Amino acid sequence: MDWTYIQGILMLAGINLIAVLGLSLLTGFTGLFSFGHAGFMAIGAYVGAWISASPTSTPAGMGLPFILAIVGGGAAAGVVSYFIGRISLNLKGDYFCIATLGFGEAIRLIFNNVNRFGGARGWPGVPSNSTFLTILIADVVAVLFLANLVKSRHGRNMIAVREEELAAQIAGIDVFRSKMTSLVISAVYAGVAGVFFAHYMTFIQPKMFSLTKSTELTIIVIFGGLGSISGSVLGALVLTALPEILRAFEIWRLVFYGAAVILIMVSRPKGLMGGLELTPSGIRKWTAERNALRQAKATLLAEDSGRKED
Amino acid sequence: MVQFLQQLINGLSIGSVYALMAVGYSLVYSIMNFSNFAHGGVIMLGAYFGFFGLTLLKLPFAVAFLLASFGTLLVAIFVERIAYKPLRERKAPFLYFIISAMGASILLENLVIATIGPTFRTYPEVFPKTPIELGPLAIGRLDLIIFVISAVSLSFLIFFIDKTKLGKAIQAASYNVKACALMGVNTDKVILTVFGLGGFLAGIAGVFFGMKYTVYPQIGNITTKSFIAAVFGGLGSLPGAVLGSVLLGIIETFVAGYLSSQFRDLIAFVILIAVLVLRPTGIMGKVTEDKA
Repeated sequence: MDWTYIQGILMLAGINLIAVLGLSLLTGFTGLFSFGHAGFMAIGAYVGAWISASPTSTPAGMGLPFILAIVGGGAAAGVVSYFIGRISLNLKGDYFCIATLGFGEAIRLIFNNVNRFGGARGWPGVPSNSTFLTILIADVVAVLFLANLVKSRHGRNMIAVREEELAAQIAGIDVFRSKMTSLVISAVYAGVAGVFFAHYMTFIQPKMFSLTKSTELTIIVIFGGLGSISGSVLGALVLTALPEILRAFEIWRLVFYGAAVILIMVSRPKGLMGGLELTPSGIRKWTAERNALRQAKATLLAEDSGRKED
Repeated sequence: MVQFLQQLINGLSIGSVYALMAVGYSLVYSIMNFSNFAHGGVIMLGAYFGFFGLTLLKLPFAVAFLLASFGTLLVAIFVERIAYKPLRERKAPFLYFIISAMGASILLENLVIATIGPTFRTYPEVFPKTPIELGPLAIGRLDLIIFVISAVSLSFLIFFIDKTKLGKAIQAASYNVKACALMGVNTDKVILTVFGLGGFLAGIAGVFFGMKYTVYPQIGNITTKSFIAAVFGGLGSLPGAVLGSVLLGIIETFVAGYLSSQFRDLIAFVILIAVLVLRPTGIMGKVTEDKA
């Protein structure tokens, strides 16, 4: 295990983390489930590649700096998500989920048929701009932005919508707008993740952004714990590294992975963090809750034994 | 005109296979209100059961066919017991069911890759390839058999749901599971029946799909289209699932025949989105009143 190998895994985990944080906002904090975020990643990846690839390569790009690719890829995903949201955010529960699945797959199939971007054969020769440092900076910015957003008025509105849509609406929250803000921001995150992904792999193909990728992102969010940013960070690290650790088992690793997903859903549905944060105040809250629980148990037991003596 | 009729026949044939798969999605949705994405894995196993029944065990077709359908019946019930029952008992929200289903689907697909291997396999020739000539039309024997057996199986399903006591219980549970349980219906048994029925038809669909195309571990991804057909017809409605499947099969073959085969997959998702936007309950879907 040399450093470049570990660094490679960490970079992939960092890229996944950007997309997972976006999905965490949508799923964990707003209560909307998406099976189409790979589609937003695809948009980010392709637009990013288009902006930064050199004009002499095939397919030709514009040869602009990497930072513009990040901005452009994120913005493109955000714009597309706005239009998708306009027509699908009124759907409830399962149906919104199915709609995002449809959009995600449709985006992939469209890229499959656009020969300007290489079609199904893919786009080789994307410049290798994703470095360990740039991904790390992007992760820190992404976490800080999300942590502040969740604490802001907009974030609290989203949490209210997650908890009880009807009550939130009665309390005067524009439910549709909160959902839309959440969707667009999460799509921008996914788009930026796509840009980094394209410039890490240096080769992109529509096949990489299939339903399986969307599912993987949702699984990471749930594994980390809904409504917990630190849970998403831990989840992205653990679940990106897990298949690598299991690589010794070769073909059996995805069997274990599937079994692990079922096991988590069945045994610990709250995920790793269960809505708590790994911050000083979060830890204090956790210990306080535990102490209260222990005390309550102790008093109950004391009452119980007291009754027996009577 | 001849080409039109020919395409229509091809569309009906693939549409009837979609219908066998789609009713599985719809049956589960009608009672448990979630999309069972593990169904694709069950269908894939059906294709493999049939294939090995014919090649390895050298069984006659009818026996291999029954082996596949009863095999998938057991698999579907097994998946329910492992992946959904604990969630059901805890009254978990629908998302947990979907994720659990995704996990089961990953598990089944990769279990097959790990044990049998990722290679494509072709069914041995059971029915002669020479088509039946009907004037200028040529109808493939396999297509005809697929259509007839699918139609018979679906009629049996509708008969079962309409006439038997257990079928009535399924109908009642699809209206309201809680009230149904209060009336003394064993809902656990109803749910097992639903998974069993869906699994049985999944086996038939898997065998036909394998015979028409090939057998490989990722068949489950193709079955997403039958899920779309179920949404198209209206999730939770059996006649809707059948109608949606036949329509999707016909639309697909027409798009592939007259426009371009590249758009065949895209059109399915375009239909899905259009249905969800214009009429989320599909052609004849169950109207669920989702409070808030």
